[in-house]
Amino acid sequence: MAARVAEAPGSISLAASRRRLLLDSLGIMVSASGFGLVYGLSARAAGFSPLEAGAMSVLVFAGASQFVAVGYVLGGFSWFAIVLLTAFLNARHMLYSAALAPYLAGTPRLQRAAMAHVLTDEAFALAIAHFRRIGRADVRGYWLGAILSTFIPWNVATLVGVTIGGSIPDPARFGLDVIFPAAMGGLAVGLITGRRELIAAVSGAVIGVAVGLAWDPAAGIIAGGVVGPLVGMVVRPRAGEHGREGQLAFGPEPQHEHAIPFFPQRTEHAHDDPEAGLP
Amino acid sequence: MSTALVSLAVLMGLATYPFRAVPLLAPGFERLPERAKLYLRLVGPSVLAALAAVNTMVGKSEDGAPAFRIGWEWLAVALCIAIVGWRRNLLVGLVVAASSIALLRASGVAPLP
Repeated sequence: MAARVAEAPGSISLAASRRRLLLDSLGIMVSASGFGLVYGLSARAAGFSPLEAGAMSVLVFAGASQFVAVGYVLGGFSWFAIVLLTAFLNARHMLYSAALAPYLAGTPRLQRAAMAHVLTDEAFALAIAHFRRIGRADVRGYWLGAILSTFIPWNVATLVGVTIGGSIPDPARFGLDVIFPAAMGGLAVGLITGRRELIAAVSGAVIGVAVGLAWDPAAGIIAGGVVGPLVGMVVRPRAGEHGREGQLAFGPEPQHEHAIPFFPQRTEHAHDDPEAGLP
Repeated sequence: MSTALVSLAVLMGLATYPFRAVPLLAPGFERLPERAKLYLRLVGPSVLAALAAVNTMVGKSEDGAPAFRIGWEWLAVALCIAIVGWRRNLLVGLVVAASSIALLRASGVAPLP
């Protein structure tokens, strides 16, 4: 079943938004490759076999918890502690899933179940920006961003790191360690279309750092993601911003007053377009 | 080749998947009230900004506790954000961020993390 809205005149086309998605994916691809290599090297140093390191990258597919697992295995911690910490570190993914769910409501359940497995920080950032640009879901675009930018580079780099070993230079020498935070910051800027988004973003950053310092960085990210939107909600949008909700994240400004509704709505004629919202 | 940790990977995957899947698979998300939709719309900028800020500003002290980190990495991330805001081009922003910090490290101005 397709879920879409009619695109307003002057909005960015699906093809143009996908091109932007691919360009945005390039930098994230480099970052995922660099850190996949470092993860592979760390896993090798901790005594993981290529199969074990690869299984973790395919089945868990969450960088921070994989790095922690390597350290905890090396430190002789119990599996229970590692699994518990994994759940804590990855709890933020629930926010991503909830934010994407309204877009993907018309996608077959089995496909949504598969999409959930590759829902990382990077996949969410690319998908939400892409969906907002076009005002609806694009499942093919989601897969493009998630698989091409992160899943393939992360897994290939893991295997290279764990098999080739220490002959690879430190990715930090090339500045690859700043690509992830820079990409997340840049994609956040792309989602700011009004005062509410701006306040939510600034609040999320401040709360994230405060809680991260007081307790734990992972808790900070969750706290920023949960509380930031609440702060944004109490802010009144500027006059004229109501109509801009859901405006393009990147790309040209709309040449009209009527914005694309943020969340997709089913239309009676959605079946007329076989491409709508489906790969 | 050792396979003992494959079971751990399966358990870690099982601990992660529900967080990713439950909202996507739960029925009724397309019929949320307006306030809930507004909240979810603001999750994106909020959580991405938190990710950027925490990854840039929160480090670890020698005893492993979280510590405020001040470094040239701030400049690199800020450069990327400014370029995205100005040129609407993430790729250029990332290239400038990575190359500027790489140059600073190569010249000895910024230390390696």
